[in-house]
Amino acid sequence: MTGVLPVALANATKVIGNVIHTVKEYVMVVQLHGDVGDKELVEALENFKGTIYQKPPLRSSVKRTIRKRTIYELEILEHNERYVLLRVLCEAGTYMRKLAHDLGLLLGVGAHMRELRRTRTGPYREDETLVRMQEVSEALYLWRNEGDERYLRKVVLPVETAIVHIPKIMIRDTAVDAIAHGANLAVPGIVRLTKDVQPGKLVAILTLKGELVALGQALKSAEEIARMKKGIVVKTKRVYMKTGVYPPVWRKNK
Amino acid sequence: MGLAEKGLIFIDKITTHAGFKNEWIVLREDDTSPDYGILPYERKIEEHIRNGVINLDKPPGPTSHEVVAWIKKMFGLERAGHGGTLEP
Repeated sequence: MTGVLPVALANATKVIGNVIHTVKEYVMVVQLHGDVGDKELVEALENFKGTIYQKPPLRSSVKRTIRKRTIYELEILEHNERYVLLRVLCEAGTYMRKLAHDLGLLLGVGAHMRELRRTRTGPYREDETLVRMQEVSEALYLWRNEGDERYLRKVVLPVETAIVHIPKIMIRDTAVDAIAHGANLAVPGIVRLTKDVQPGKLVAILTLKGELVALGQALKSAEEIARMKKGIVVKTKRVYMKTGVYPPVWRKNK
Repeated sequence: MGLAEKGLIFIDKITTHAGFKNEWIVLREDDTSPDYGILPYERKIEEHIRNGVINLDKPPGPTSHEVVAWIKKMFGLERAGHGGTLEP
């Protein structure tokens, strides 16, 4: 299988796990084991839109119990004799091989997945940022041997691209080092936040320059935070930034 | 343009590019000092790499794990990881 596989380098490894449980998009070739008309195929596929139940395939890395998954979009791109090209937008953890197999069962002719390409994983898509191994290797060569880093800057994206799908809070310079030390975030440190901040949900804490400081769990909603004058509103969960990048200005015991 | 404005534009730009949207509530006005920290796209190349993600088009054949191991070796890094397996 080919397609979008975000690879985090060094420090970025700390937060790349946050794209695992995000929406996925695939393009898949299904081979039918018998002849099926267009209309029949369209009707069968309707059954796979929305909530579906799947038992993970034999060769899988998770416990094989039936689980519920959502298919947001399911589109036939092409139907040529026994081959069907499908585009599927689905929840993380949906097995495409199983979907192809189950489609075959429903059609009564049998089917299997012939080819699969992932075209999206959360914030990463099949766009101009998607690069092949060869391009990575060439960019590294140009930097190491010719001192030209321009290509490497196109091949490697800032770690902040991995948190764009989650709610965000941008904080004052004076609050940064405390968070880097693992402190929780209080209202006076906040400059702006996105409306989708919800209690219990993950938030990205960023500097005003846009640098990732930490990931945390919001304790209040954005509306509540906007009305508050003081108090802890985010529990810091995963610190990204090293200490000492911003000056330590919080109260010291003398 | 102030640094804080550049930082905001950067975050909004990468968010929109990925198909998401930021609706901000502003609590107070503040700027950021040029003396510490750096705009994410102005990190020195070594720092850029260490805080970077490659949107890789996985080749067919190797496992996601093998591909990550190659990348790690190519860059000479001690650590690399991927965001969700895509098996051969």
